[in-house]
Amino acid sequence: MHRTRIRIVEDALDANNTIARANRDDFDRHGVTVINLMSAPGAGKTALLERALAQRPADVRIGVLEGDVQGSYDSDRLASYHVPIVQLNTDSGFGGECHLDANMVRSALGSLPLDELDLLVIENVGNLVCPAEFRVGEDARAMVCSVTEGEDKPLKYPLMFRSCELVVVNKLDLLPHLDFDLDRLLYNIDAVNPGVERILVSARTGEGVEQWTRWLLGAALRAAAV
Amino acid sequence: MHELSVAGAVLDTAIRHAGERPVDVVALRVGSLRQVVPDSLRFYWEIVARDTICDGARLELTEVAARLRCEGCGYEWEPDIPAFRCPTCARSEVTVAAGGELEVEYIEVREHAHA
Repeated sequence: MHRTRIRIVEDALDANNTIARANRDDFDRHGVTVINLMSAPGAGKTALLERALAQRPADVRIGVLEGDVQGSYDSDRLASYHVPIVQLNTDSGFGGECHLDANMVRSALGSLPLDELDLLVIENVGNLVCPAEFRVGEDARAMVCSVTEGEDKPLKYPLMFRSCELVVVNKLDLLPHLDFDLDRLLYNIDAVNPGVERILVSARTGEGVEQWTRWLLGAALRAAAV
Repeated sequence: MHELSVAGAVLDTAIRHAGERPVDVVALRVGSLRQVVPDSLRFYWEIVARDTICDGARLELTEVAARLRCEGCGYEWEPDIPAFRCPTCARSEVTVAAGGELEVEYIEVREHAHA
């Protein structure tokens, strides 16, 4: 018996990225723009999605893919907006995966009426680390960062902050109650992802929500115009 | 925190290339920008490899320090913090020259001698 060395030199996530490209091809074929929405737990992804769904114009057809470790709490919240929603739970392993990967999203494609959608929002599992590593076939990535999380978060989670095309800073209405340096946060976001687009909002009061909705719908409209 | 997911991805890669032969060694290059904690990755590696052809295989980790390069002025530096603006000209066209790796470099498999 002897040992053979096999040279590989391959990114460990190549397999995931291959499936992500297959997802992207399917989305493109159906003319669906896909946004991967990520954040820490409790930053306000679902609240911002509710706001956007409430303001959507009739001619933009939106679907939602909800990723959670378990339960359908978020899907239930969104049910009243009458859009196609697919719940994807990740708890089939031990403890439950802390992110969606390309294969999980692929498994849900059959449940989504892609032909009838312009925009699909994938609400990822709340987590600032793992979702950043796993592409799922999205056109763009948006993350929500709330002012209760601390100004140093971009420096602690650079993978996530760097991988996004948009950073939404949420819970602005809480600023008077916090020792939070908003300029410091914006400075740190710019250090980690120079020039990245930022939108400041409060999902609670509605401040900035119009701009957020415009960005989200704009992603689909821009794609339709091509 | 994401070492379990990374361990699973490394395992899948190794198994795909091993051709059903038992694996003794998996060599992995990990860049510091990937935020992987080596001890944590080794811990999860042992768990995910159990009852597979990689059961008991040694995970050889090579850590790669981050090195960034400014495409504007050509300055190269090793960052202390993950700041991607050039410290000399403040431009944002910065590329990762090293430190972004999560690369399975090679595996070693056991061959049975032909009778």
